[in-house]
Amino acid sequence: MNAEEHPRTGHTFVELEGVTLTYGRGDRQIVALGETNLRIDEGDFVALVGPSGCGKSTILKLVTGLIGASTGYVYVAGREVGAAPVRVGMAFQNPTMLPWLTVRDNVMMPLKIVPPFRQDYATKRKTEFRDRAEALLKEVGLGGFGDKHPWQLSGGMLQRASLCRALIHEPQLLMLDEPFGALDQFTREELWAVMQDLWMKLKPTVILVTHDLKEAGFLATRICVMRSRPGQIIDDAPVPFARPRTIDMSYTPEFVSMTQRLRELIVAARPVKETV
Amino acid sequence: MEQGMRRRLWSAVFIVGFFVLWEVFCWVFHISDIVLPKPSQIIVTLVTRMPALWPHTVQTLYTTLVGFAFGILAGVALGVIIGSSRLAYDVAYPLLIGFASIPKVAVVPIFVLWFGSGAVPAILTAMIMSLFPIVVNVATGLATTEPELEDVMRALRASKWDILWNVGLPRTMPYFFASLKVAVTLAFVGTVISETVASNRGIGNVMMIASSNFDVPLVFAGLIILAIMGVALYAVFSLIEARITGWAHRKDEFAMG
Repeated sequence: MNAEEHPRTGHTFVELEGVTLTYGRGDRQIVALGETNLRIDEGDFVALVGPSGCGKSTILKLVTGLIGASTGYVYVAGREVGAAPVRVGMAFQNPTMLPWLTVRDNVMMPLKIVPPFRQDYATKRKTEFRDRAEALLKEVGLGGFGDKHPWQLSGGMLQRASLCRALIHEPQLLMLDEPFGALDQFTREELWAVMQDLWMKLKPTVILVTHDLKEAGFLATRICVMRSRPGQIIDDAPVPFARPRTIDMSYTPEFVSMTQRLRELIVAARPVKETV
Repeated sequence: MEQGMRRRLWSAVFIVGFFVLWEVFCWVFHISDIVLPKPSQIIVTLVTRMPALWPHTVQTLYTTLVGFAFGILAGVALGVIIGSSRLAYDVAYPLLIGFASIPKVAVVPIFVLWFGSGAVPAILTAMIMSLFPIVVNVATGLATTEPELEDVMRALRASKWDILWNVGLPRTMPYFFASLKVAVTLAFVGTVISETVASNRGIGNVMMIASSNFDVPLVFAGLIILAIMGVALYAVFSLIEARITGWAHRKDEFAMG
């Protein structure tokens, strides 16, 4: 299947055109990402799933411009990735809070860096920006925790704060690299709902990397399945369920059969175990 | 609080005990003043000779602090360069280690040759003594910054300078202050070495002259002054460290403040 087969609803925001990524040289060469073509519409929520080592995170890094493609082109908002003046938010599995700052200051960090906010940071950090951070923290259930330091918060709370930091500067592009991976089941499900609310409200274009098929089905409008060695997208299907989705929905036969289909694809795509 | 008081009490008892033991040792074995003066005698010397010792004390303290200040400036600058660039790290490290291995007493005559005797070689010696631990610690702190922290910043299109200022340097602060505590005591060593070899002022010089006159209590008085100044500065930097990098120790008192 190809991305082209889906009806296009909006403008293409992210486009990978014949992108490959290889590490090393000669015999030692490792193909992290085989030739990949991918188009993502503005405001779309795409989940990348697949076995570990299939290049899911590589795609995130390519789209963010953290690494450059070996061949091919990455376009964001119609321009090549480095040149595109796009605001990007990012959240990882590890919340990566700066321990010397309060939670609020951590959340406000993008405002300190990203234009046009950075010009006003000195004047607005104690008024408008502060209120904005507090409002966002409240939205994810961290109201009143702004003055705490990261080590005083639990893993789930830190991940909420990390989401706030990824969203405070109203990014057009949101990159989520297994942000709920290290959390317990209930916290995870709660955060899915929080994430869905935020996405429906702010409508950023989201790329979510995850191992959790239920998570992908709950959050994404479209799921891309990848295989490894070389990393490649082997399946690309929309998720038809209406929003807002609920956890109950994830137990309906339609949802279960969808995740089952994805699971089979991934199991089949797993690399053959190498004999040592 | 109870725990803290007890620890402080024990520490005081231990220090006083050390000097009491020393005194008793000298009494019991009838040790001559020329070999090892009694603490009581050193204190008497310290008090009676204080008017003469004071200007030298001030001189040594001044020299050390100036040298130390230069050491911090140069150390942080070098540490930042070495810590933020792989190339600079590979190029500069062998040279730096070679430099650090040279006994500093051997370079004092060179400084004297260049700048004459007096305060300048002492300041320079204090500086190069304190330089090395600062460079190594700052460089280590920067070089071990978690890549994910940098990724978060780079995804925001932060410049190298932004990353250094907002992530690298704050993260390095605990390493930096840990090195300052060591470096300040080394700066004293540097000053005294240089004063001993080539100066007519400072505690080092006083001790040099006193030992050639077999005025051993005065030598020990000099040692005590140096030790007190060293401990005092160490305490000052510990205090500043606790203030600034409390987050690294995760103390409850800091969190409340």
